[in-house]
Amino acid sequence: MPVRLAMLALFRHPARTLLALLGIAVSAALLLDMVMLASGMRENFKGFLMLRGYQLRVAPKGTLPFDSDATIDSATALVAAISKLQGVTAVSPVLGAQVQTTVARDSNITAFTLGILPEVQGDYELMRGGDIIDTSSVVVNEKWLSVTNHAIGDTVMLASGYDPQLRTFVGQRQFTVRGVVRFHYIAPTQPSLGMLLPVLQTMGGTERRDRASLVMVKAVSDTEAEAVRARIAAVSPRISAISLEGATEAVEQRLGYFKQLALVLGSISLAVGVLLVTTLITIGVNERAGEIAVLRAIGVAKGSIVWQVVLEGVVLTGVGAISGIGIGLVTAKWLERILSDFPGMPATFRFFVFQPRDAGVALAMLAAAGMLAGIYPAWRAASLPIAITLRREAVA
Amino acid sequence: MSAIVEVRDLARDYSMGSGAVHALRGVSFDVADGEWVAIVGPSGCGKSTLLNLLGAVDTPDAGSLTIAGQRIDRMNDSAATAFRLHRIGFVFQRFYLMPALSAAENVELPMAEAKIAKDARRARVQELLGYVGLSARSGHRPSQLSGGEQQRVAIARALANRPALLLADEPTGELDAATGLEMIELFRRLNRDGTTIVVVTHDAQMAAAAGRRIQMRDGAIVDGDAS
Repeated sequence: MPVRLAMLALFRHPARTLLALLGIAVSAALLLDMVMLASGMRENFKGFLMLRGYQLRVAPKGTLPFDSDATIDSATALVAAISKLQGVTAVSPVLGAQVQTTVARDSNITAFTLGILPEVQGDYELMRGGDIIDTSSVVVNEKWLSVTNHAIGDTVMLASGYDPQLRTFVGQRQFTVRGVVRFHYIAPTQPSLGMLLPVLQTMGGTERRDRASLVMVKAVSDTEAEAVRARIAAVSPRISAISLEGATEAVEQRLGYFKQLALVLGSISLAVGVLLVTTLITIGVNERAGEIAVLRAIGVAKGSIVWQVVLEGVVLTGVGAISGIGIGLVTAKWLERILSDFPGMPATFRFFVFQPRDAGVALAMLAAAGMLAGIYPAWRAASLPIAITLRREAVA
Repeated sequence: MSAIVEVRDLARDYSMGSGAVHALRGVSFDVADGEWVAIVGPSGCGKSTLLNLLGAVDTPDAGSLTIAGQRIDRMNDSAATAFRLHRIGFVFQRFYLMPALSAAENVELPMAEAKIAKDARRARVQELLGYVGLSARSGHRPSQLSGGEQQRVAIARALANRPALLLADEPTGELDAATGLEMIELFRRLNRDGTTIVVVTHDAQMAAAAGRRIQMRDGAIVDGDAS
């Protein structure tokens, strides 16, 4: 009977209940988005780094991959040494550099260029055309094509290693555009190229000879990755070997602002939800004070009254929260679009990742909030002095 | 007949502003099992206060109150609630039915609280609505019933758990004269069938129908047999 009475109490003022449900749904949507943002970034970053199954990154000592212009010297020897280590299945050296494309007289386009080894590369996905096959072929992204007005099959002149004293480039070569790719770790708004690692090294002159910005390493299994990381770290004092967990932690530290923001906004939305439900139920209890006093007078226990009122809060919050999940997913998609447009954001990076666990956490938090929201009005309802309340009702 | 209600030196004060109002000043009387007693008197004489104490919805400041062999003045809240559920039936002037529930559900409510099995509850609901002449109106909500019908449902609800004592506070107060007479007839039938009734009333006809009248004034019994 308390369940039926709770349901009937909610349906007594349908418009008011509907408005409250809408408010809770919005609050739940915000909470879900914040939970998705807080945990999603971490989960997404792991997946982001694991796109091609490379669990480990080797960078110059004390830096994170592409964190600075620092590079690792004697890259060939380092790659050979790492390749021989127990548990290593693939090693992929990468060099990053700025390359100029001449598009008109005295007009250059600067493109970020990755020097890779196609057979082990984990930096891009071929969208159309062909992959790099020789020292004179390059792959490009859509942005590069659009700013240079080139197409697949075109021959282009690329230059790198600008010497300010001589006012000339150290390396300048002709390439053929072989294919269009999507770089996993480069923003789609950045014109970018990919070419063979030795070619990019050579184009940079002595400064970039036999250097790599990063070496990606694939371990035989995820469980073996940490042991492999330790072995790599022992190879050379000039390098830092970073595991997936280490990289995630480092990134998490940098994205701490987002998490804090998510926490604050999530807490606010939860508090708003609690206040909304508490207010609504308290108003309902005040309106039904006479009925509650009658229920108590005919022998309904305090516990039944408390259960009935708390149930109202839980049902209201539960229905609102479930509706809020839909709203939350739609707003997450919209926010994702806004955040993805941030300059320098890789195309494959996602801020909001829906995980059933997140929805579960948001729902559980709201259910607890609903219960909490019902406690005060329930306590008020159960504590009503029966005789005085009945007298007041009679006078009213 | 043995006394089902034993009231001894019952007192109840209310604080009001800086002073105290002595709503009841040492009231004593008995009600025998199967008796119908009417408590009468002017407004503010303490009738309703006395009824609230008899119904265990309020506690006395002094004196003792025994109903069906149990000292209800010493009961804590949960014991008093259980006592009300199983041993007391309440009928209010304004019926106080749950507006969202049907007549049948209103009658079923105290039985559901008492954890009586569903089948037994349904059977008892039919029996009681038949007794008060509302079998055909069991699915109707209070707003779809007349005042007299609502009061009949309230009486059926009060009888649901077979109480030892039926307490009624101005049961004809909201009814027209003809419906009031029907209600008096119903109370007469209830009493004839063995229900012990204590009714607070201003209605002279209701008071006259009762087996005994207790006249109150200023929180004390001024006329009426104490036993």
